[in-house]
Amino acid sequence: MTSTVVIDKAAPTRPVKLRSMSRDRTWALRWSYFFLTLFAVFALVPPLYMVITSLKTSAEISAATNPWWVYHPTLSNYVELLTSNQFLTFFRNSALVSIFVVTITMLISVPAAFALARMRFWGSATLATGVFLTYLIPETLLFLPLFKMFVAFGDLTGIQLINKWYVLLVIYPTLTVPFCTWIMIGYFASIPKELDEAAIIDGASWFQTLTRIFIPVALPGLIAATIFAFTVSWAQFLYPLVFTTSTDQLVLPVGIVTTLIKGDVFAWGQIMTGALLGAAPPLIIYAFLMDYYIAGLTAGATKG
Amino acid sequence: MADVTLRKVVKKYDDVEAVRGIDLDIADHEFVVLVGPSGCGKSTTLRMIAGLEDITDGDIMIGGDVVNDVPPKDRDIAMVFQNYALYPHMTVAENMSFGLRLKRYPKAEIKTRIDEAARMLDIVELVDRKPKQLSGGQRQRVAMGRAIVRNPKVFLFDEPLSNLDAKLRVQMRIEIKKVHQKVRTTTVYVTHDQVEAMTLADRVVVMNHGRIEQIGTPNELYHNPATKFVASFIGSPAMNFIPCRLEESGGKLHARITDRLAFPLPPKRAARYQGVSRTDKLLLGLRPEHITEASPHAEPGVENFDAVLDVTEPMGMETLIYFPIDGTQVCGRVNPNAGAQDGAPLRLAVDLNNMHLLNEVSGAVI
Repeated sequence: MTSTVVIDKAAPTRPVKLRSMSRDRTWALRWSYFFLTLFAVFALVPPLYMVITSLKTSAEISAATNPWWVYHPTLSNYVELLTSNQFLTFFRNSALVSIFVVTITMLISVPAAFALARMRFWGSATLATGVFLTYLIPETLLFLPLFKMFVAFGDLTGIQLINKWYVLLVIYPTLTVPFCTWIMIGYFASIPKELDEAAIIDGASWFQTLTRIFIPVALPGLIAATIFAFTVSWAQFLYPLVFTTSTDQLVLPVGIVTTLIKGDVFAWGQIMTGALLGAAPPLIIYAFLMDYYIAGLTAGATKG
Repeated sequence: MADVTLRKVVKKYDDVEAVRGIDLDIADHEFVVLVGPSGCGKSTTLRMIAGLEDITDGDIMIGGDVVNDVPPKDRDIAMVFQNYALYPHMTVAENMSFGLRLKRYPKAEIKTRIDEAARMLDIVELVDRKPKQLSGGQRQRVAMGRAIVRNPKVFLFDEPLSNLDAKLRVQMRIEIKKVHQKVRTTTVYVTHDQVEAMTLADRVVVMNHGRIEQIGTPNELYHNPATKFVASFIGSPAMNFIPCRLEESGGKLHARITDRLAFPLPPKRAARYQGVSRTDKLLLGLRPEHITEASPHAEPGVENFDAVLDVTEPMGMETLIYFPIDGTQVCGRVNPNAGAQDGAPLRLAVDLNNMHLLNEVSGAVI
């Protein structure tokens, strides 16, 4: 017993300990760099291949040369797509759908989250869980019954929604609203309760508390939810594939696939170009809004 | 400005009674402090006055009007929270003016009020900053400023100083008192710190288990506590309680503590306790400052006895001593030059003119 204590207190063990700690740290850093590099390669090689391919002519793509090198770079694929009315229509449809869906989603999920997080009413906790559960139902299960529903709706009312780009405005929120509500509930719940009590005493109504206190304070969360809603509606493939068929109603992901693959002929150059151009808007949005993700706007609300 | 009245106010959460029927009259301009241990219902009471909690039963009146069902914003009150609750995305000026802007006050009026409050609280140079750029004390000032600019009927403070360090707390305490002397708004202040309660209050309300134990000025509570709870809660170090019995010997009433130790009671006290049963289990209540080193001149009502000290705590201007009497640890305050030492014997004097006698079972002061 005593000897152990003596050894523990012995002076020379201290620097050794320190050195071993820094060695641990070095190894941790090495491993993290290794995996980060691996991950970066894994994630960045496909886009790189897309860029390379998009700069080639069809002849060069099918020629048996080094696929990782462009011998005769050309912008013809870009010029062709950006001057094609069809492609611009897909782009416009995608943009309209995404903007409307983001707006609709936020108009529903922000007040819903506020109500679920702050207004204590009977069953609010169960409802909050229920909202999240609906998100867990996969779209592959939902698209057939949804399709039947829209057909039935068309038969009943005479309003034909199938094969119209705006049918997606009704469908996408089933994916975005539950998740965004869930995110916003979390953000709103993290706002100290005294903040809305102070607002109530200051004379704010529930609506004013939401718009003038909660939304500004939870802005990082709001932006995260917006990015999510935008990404989901921009990249959605299954629903537009099922619900829209005419070329003038298609959104970008489906449009590229259905018009640039003719039978068994793949216009690889244009497919890659279209995919790259389609990936640009989310990238640009991420780049601009990333700072808001990181900014700790809630700091200083209370003693922290 | 207005008076606040609580009539048999009850608050129940499901089956738990947080507040069990409180009657309280707070006069216009008065500074009343609710004090008590955590869970005693003081915060709940304050929140009911604010309208943040519904009341289960009873009436709350502000300025003579029953406000039971009036929403907080129409009660014309302002509240300062423990964690300040400043709006983090607004500047100090915006924080202070938020309530006025909601009520659509003219801009010039808002500016005048902010300037005035900022000057009063010495935060003029901070009005354009955001809360996160402020220190704890500055945030607390802004929170007070937000209350002052509203010019409400009643100020409500919910443990506003608990998040500050000890030194700042003393400073802000004085600040709050100064503000109240200037604006004279009726104030209800909640704290668990009895020093804060004593120093700030016109009247202190001591609460325990959802009930009011005693209401009185700080001096009344200190010198004439009604119950053992109040006696032990007010004052630091706390009052000593030594088990004893009353007995008659040599024609004088004595407080008998042990076989060898009994104190004869001064005539005034003896008259007061004459009717107490000689068999009742009693407690002799003595504040530490009434147990001091023995002085050479005998004074009426002051009795000397010997003790062996366990521990001494030099505080500078005085030394706190701890010693056992019949198994009870007792605290006294002696002059630092009295020669008190750990483990050493010391001749002490107890001032029975300031004694209290309590019923050990009921806890009532006799």
